[in-house]
Amino acid sequence: MAAHSAHRHADARAGWLPALLPLAIFLAAAARVPASAAGAQRVVVLDWVPSLGVSLNLNVDGLSLLFVLIVSFVGAVVFVFCGVYLGGHPHRLRFYALLSAFMLSMLALVLVDNLVALFVFWELTTLTSYLLIGFEHDQAAARANARQALLVTGAGGLVLLVGILLLGRMAGSTDVSALVARGQALRAHPLYLPALVCILVGALTKSAQFPFHFWLPNAMAAPTPISAFLHSATMVKAGIYLMARLHPVLGGTAAWMGTLVVVGAITALLGAFLAMGQKDLKRLLAYTTIMALGIMTMFLGGRTTPTLTAAMTFLMVHALYKSALFLVVGTIDHQTGSRHLPDLGGLGRAMPLTGLAAAAAALSMAGFPLFFGFVGKEIMYKGALTEDLFPDFATLAALVSNALMTAVAAILLLRVFAGRLRVPGDTPREAGAGMWLGPLMLGGLGIFFGVCPDWVGRHLIEPAVLAFHPQADQIHLKRFFGFNEALLLSVVTLVFGALAYAGRGALARLIGALEQRPPFSPERIYARLLEFTAVFAAHHTRIVQNGSLQRYLAVIFMAVVAGAGIPALRAGFNLPAIDPILETLALVEILLVALMSAALAVVVAARTRLLAVCGLGVVGAGSAMIFLWHGAPDVALTQLLVETLTVIIVALVLLRLPPLPRPLSSPGRRVLNAAVALAAGTLVAGLLLAVGGSELDRSVTAYYEAYSYTKAHGRNIVNVILVDFRSFDTLGEIVVVAVAGLAGLALICGGKPCNR
Amino acid sequence: MQILLPLLVGAMVAVSIYLMLCRDLIRFILGLVLASNAVNLLILAAGRAVVLPPPLIDAGQRVPGQVVANALPQALILTAIVIGFALLAFVFVLFYRAYQALGTVDTEAMRAAEAESLEGNGEGGP
Repeated sequence: MAAHSAHRHADARAGWLPALLPLAIFLAAAARVPASAAGAQRVVVLDWVPSLGVSLNLNVDGLSLLFVLIVSFVGAVVFVFCGVYLGGHPHRLRFYALLSAFMLSMLALVLVDNLVALFVFWELTTLTSYLLIGFEHDQAAARANARQALLVTGAGGLVLLVGILLLGRMAGSTDVSALVARGQALRAHPLYLPALVCILVGALTKSAQFPFHFWLPNAMAAPTPISAFLHSATMVKAGIYLMARLHPVLGGTAAWMGTLVVVGAITALLGAFLAMGQKDLKRLLAYTTIMALGIMTMFLGGRTTPTLTAAMTFLMVHALYKSALFLVVGTIDHQTGSRHLPDLGGLGRAMPLTGLAAAAAALSMAGFPLFFGFVGKEIMYKGALTEDLFPDFATLAALVSNALMTAVAAILLLRVFAGRLRVPGDTPREAGAGMWLGPLMLGGLGIFFGVCPDWVGRHLIEPAVLAFHPQADQIHLKRFFGFNEALLLSVVTLVFGALAYAGRGALARLIGALEQRPPFSPERIYARLLEFTAVFAAHHTRIVQNGSLQRYLAVIFMAVVAGAGIPALRAGFNLPAIDPILETLALVEILLVALMSAALAVVVAARTRLLAVCGLGVVGAGSAMIFLWHGAPDVALTQLLVETLTVIIVALVLLRLPPLPRPLSSPGRRVLNAAVALAAGTLVAGLLLAVGGSELDRSVTAYYEAYSYTKAHGRNIVNVILVDFRSFDTLGEIVVVAVAGLAGLALICGGKPCNR
Repeated sequence: MQILLPLLVGAMVAVSIYLMLCRDLIRFILGLVLASNAVNLLILAAGRAVVLPPPLIDAGQRVPGQVVANALPQALILTAIVIGFALLAFVFVLFYRAYQALGTVDTEAMRAAEAESLEGNGEGGP
């Protein structure tokens, strides 16, 4: 028992070692922060496929650096957390490998300058995320949800590739730096709209925007640390990253602004609204993530400095509080065995440190003053009010979703951590340090940045905004922006949030009813599509691959006849003049061909095996005669030998098979077979005649004739070709014979040792 | 022979394809043997079937003293004959074993891997 507990203890610390990798990356990135804040940009040149203009150039600017810092920091926290969370899970090594692979792909995604390379890493994050969501692969739901995430984001990725290729065609380069330089011309290009649509479909599927949002709550089948890492802080923000990165290339037009503001606002409202009705804490967080991603999308739709600053600030605010909250839910799940909201309550006293982390994160989420979330919300309202296209609409959307967010934060904090203790099992204990340390650090950063927003603004947010919005009028973040409209809106948000919290029961019932019978369900469309694909594939297989050898062969022969025959007919057969050839015909030749034709007829019509084999023998021997007649004694000899052997073997095999059956196919089928056969025979004969009518290039033969004796010292040119000039071919041929013999032997022995 | 040989090859191809399209393995074997022979003759015809002396270099000479038959197709045919024979030998054994295991020579009835439930007994025809 003691040994077991010691083992568990060692396992619990297993996460510290893999966490060194993200930690090292974080420190390296943090070292670049001062330079980046001073406006420096670093480019590392790495060629990949120069012939296609695809490079692996790394571009470390403010935007990349912000993402690298988030990915590596949350990564380190999640790695440590997993050590405890997974405990002695049998596949934890695979887990760390996948998680590291994901993290490195994500880092590469935000660092590469070339869009094709970005696409490659984009798809790598999709693949690793598929494997991570389906980590508990013995559960059917996990597999189905992993597949859903893969199909939705993978399909979006393919559309993105089309968009990237369109951009490459328009600009002559897929390097972001080159695209930015040509932004003006690209936005006026006739292909701008198709390219924009394709790229936005990729970005919006990845970032779970309406109507593709449904995969994200389902992806909660993943272990909770995965959700904290992939589905709140990093992967789902890849779409946000792409939209920010391409903002100077594609952004600022009416199409861009209209799409992003409307889609983002709908997503934000939908996510915030649906979050209120969730009972499962993870699904609840997933919907708030959808809301957050919608807000970021909406603000990236703007083109003024305040809106874009709001997007980047909220990105960071959200990454900090949401990953902390996910980890807190993971801790609750781990310690109490439940994450069902009605089952839980009063955990704060039993798990004080986790409760503290949850409080810091939730207050930031609610946007209380002195928390980073407050700064984020202030700048958000400032941005929404200066939105170009629909400022009122954006402000309203931000206001409602923020109010609902406040209510959700209150539910998380007050229902789960405050009040009387309520758990399904025994009184829970505080989790190990590996579990509470990370969330506490993330929550603490939320307070630190809330108290000193100036520092984070100058060092992280402003360089990030400058990277894709190089205007001089940067917004400096402040702890308090003064008494203005934004502050008023913040107060209104808190009041509305309190009202929504008070009315949470009615809201939850309404949402429950709506979820039972949704007016419009993209998820159902997805399910229908999947079903249709399966039915179509089955139907298709029944026709194309029905297991009938006869049908396969008929299709193959018909394809050959059509494929070779139609072009030949188009080009016209160049048949030789027949009269002079007829005059040179020898009687021997006519007799030989007549004999062989008769033998062919015998083979077709034969009713007994012996007769058919005799016919075959005559045809084979006749072939040998033809070779002899045309100056090929070696070939004739070989043909005669092999033909004799073949006939003997055929006779032997046929004797062991049943008698020749009457034709099995129906008469109609036989007519069709005969038609296919005749068409093929006619085609071969026609092509061969046409070949005979064309000029023969004897240069290769002339080479062999000239050097057969002078270089290879042989007088039989055919032999010299086989054993000298083309001796490797002959060796290969011998190998084929040997392999066929061995395979035949194995077949006869049927896997048992052959000692008979 | 320049006109007869192509016709003969065409006839052999037609007969071999017809036999291979039959539903029983025995006729398939016959068709396969014929196809092998037809291809050998096809190579000969493509290299011009002209009546000429064999491609040999007489003693005392360094190159053929006269126009000889085309050596290249002959070398190709020799290779084709041997490879074709290896293929046939293997296919014969394979068919024999298939018959032993499944007890039928009807290719439509050989459904160890795919159940009959997939409908269509091949008579529907493409």
